[in-house]
Amino acid sequence: MDMRNPIFMVVATAAAAALAAGTNVPRAIAQGKLKVGFVYLGPVGDFGWTYQHEVGRQLLVKELGSKVETTYLENVNEGPDSERAIEQLARSGHKLIFTTSFGYMDPTMKVAKKYPNVFFEHNTGYKRDKNVATYSARFYEGRHIQGKIAAKMSKVGVLGYIGSFPIPEVISGINSTILGAQSINQDIKVKIIWVNSWFDPGKEADAAKALLDQGADVIMQHTDSPAAMQIAEARKAFAFGQDSDMIKFGPNAQLTAIVNNWGPYYVERVQAVLDNKWTSGDVWGGLKSKMLLMAPYTNMPDEVKKLAMDAEAAIAAGTLHPFNCPVIDQAGKPVECKGGTHLDDGQILGMNFYVAGIDDKIPGK
Amino acid sequence: MGLAEAIILAVVTASTPLLLAAAGELVVERAGVLNLGVEGMMIMGAACGFAGAYLTGSTLIGALCGIAAGMALSAIFALLTLGLAVNQVATGLALTILGIGLSGLIGAGFVGEKIVPAPQLHLPLLSNLPFAGRILFAQDAFVYLSLALIAAMWWFIYRTRWGLVLRAVGDNHASAHALGYPVLTIRTCAVLFGGACAGLGGAYLPLAYTPFFIPGMTAGRGWIALALVVFASWLPGRLVWGAYLFGAVSILQLHAQGAGLGIPSQLMSALPYLATIMVLVVISRARGSARSAAPASLGMVFVPDR
Repeated sequence: MDMRNPIFMVVATAAAAALAAGTNVPRAIAQGKLKVGFVYLGPVGDFGWTYQHEVGRQLLVKELGSKVETTYLENVNEGPDSERAIEQLARSGHKLIFTTSFGYMDPTMKVAKKYPNVFFEHNTGYKRDKNVATYSARFYEGRHIQGKIAAKMSKVGVLGYIGSFPIPEVISGINSTILGAQSINQDIKVKIIWVNSWFDPGKEADAAKALLDQGADVIMQHTDSPAAMQIAEARKAFAFGQDSDMIKFGPNAQLTAIVNNWGPYYVERVQAVLDNKWTSGDVWGGLKSKMLLMAPYTNMPDEVKKLAMDAEAAIAAGTLHPFNCPVIDQAGKPVECKGGTHLDDGQILGMNFYVAGIDDKIPGK
Repeated sequence: MGLAEAIILAVVTASTPLLLAAAGELVVERAGVLNLGVEGMMIMGAACGFAGAYLTGSTLIGALCGIAAGMALSAIFALLTLGLAVNQVATGLALTILGIGLSGLIGAGFVGEKIVPAPQLHLPLLSNLPFAGRILFAQDAFVYLSLALIAAMWWFIYRTRWGLVLRAVGDNHASAHALGYPVLTIRTCAVLFGGACAGLGGAYLPLAYTPFFIPGMTAGRGWIALALVVFASWLPGRLVWGAYLFGAVSILQLHAQGAGLGIPSQLMSALPYLATIMVLVVISRARGSARSAAPASLGMVFVPDR
């Protein structure tokens, strides 16, 4: 067809105009509400880590639903694929993006550099930027209480710990648990199994069985599914729920659970963006700021319940710190005490040693 | 219950889903079809199996739903690779991805629910025997079914006429076709059987192993089942040893950690795959031994009369 044919030119111009108009339409619609994105590690129904973030997001929608529009992506694997997911949210008009797992740290930083006008909040990480903030909860506070309860409830003095990956957050959790347990029973022992996954119900169940078979009678976990709780229930042992209240899976086995409470923080941060007051920073809330809640204390005698509640109140008030100095490491030497009377935040965040009383070695060291 | 007894019990239950899925895949590969969609079929079996058991309260119906789901997905595979002569590897991978996604969709409404796990069958006096009693006579129905399945499979493949025809189709589909055997029909039946077994193997996880459903709960067991078939050199007897070996490795590495033996857990988790690679190397080099070679027409598209 001759390119100068008038019919051809009209059709071509019309097509070009339609294309140009088409690309403008989405941006015009997005002008209304603030778009907030969430990147989840697992399925929202995991009844654990991701479920609690979802509960937080739903609180956000309830409180600020008229002003915000939320999107979430679930089952996003840590690693290269997460960068694609985070970028997809940034590119499609989201102004605030919460990335809810440690492994999203570097991908979040990379996407943040490409989109300086988008705010990112990375959960449980330690790298920040002008537009990247971090937030986390002081899980070790809850674990300290669990350690005390476990030492009281264990008949044989052997605890079983299901770990995910040997990163500082998990290691400080183990140490805090043992220090709490040692305050009740100096000779408490712990067996640690690493499943190398945040979430693998089959393996977590196998690990729980192995720990119970090897003589432990209280199971603690730093993984996200209720599999271990079910095994504890079936074998009449005790266990602690992780991330959510898992009492449904262990009505006779669950002693308590650490329940993450992200909702109020999400509302606060979104409000900051709406008020143009958002700045980068690090928020590490604990029992005091209610970023962390303890599920009701069940299946224990009243005196243990009182012990737990007193410990919870003391930690919230600041009179009891899980890492009170002196903290003795496995070599028998006290660790440098940078926080005055207790280890400081930096030491806890970068913890890569076991305290005395743990017979194992950290894998890879 | 002693530690050794407890470990063996755990190994048996850990190996059963692998054995079920690999048994079906062995039949499929013996017929000359390479079905890489086992993981998708297993997880569909898990989702539908849990849904069936949760809605009706019956483990049996759950198992049947799991089988049906696996068969349905493998029917799609058969339609594509046998009916339309599509590349088997690509189709299998695509079906794995489809199965994982679809199972998440189906199972989403059931996450957070739990069911009563499959009961353990007890034979009156025998299961009270010390040590061997619990291991041999007090397992759940799936374990006995998996072993019976292998026995039936062995008998079918090596002792019946149609088993011989199956092997012929897998070794040389052109000759089998020339002899008048319905190659595509036989392969379709094999694929459906493989899908049923994979679905059952997947259903075992939420019905007996961890009695709840969570998307992604098979966690790669389908791939281990595929490796298992190769590891066993396509022989049913070796498949049983292989399945229990792979199961034992996964359980023992957890016990080794708990006992503080200091063996890196990542290495132990990789062992089944390393073993499979070694087996592949060995059988590739031993070209002369016909019994340990793969079915000669494995993975090759067959289109009659063209």
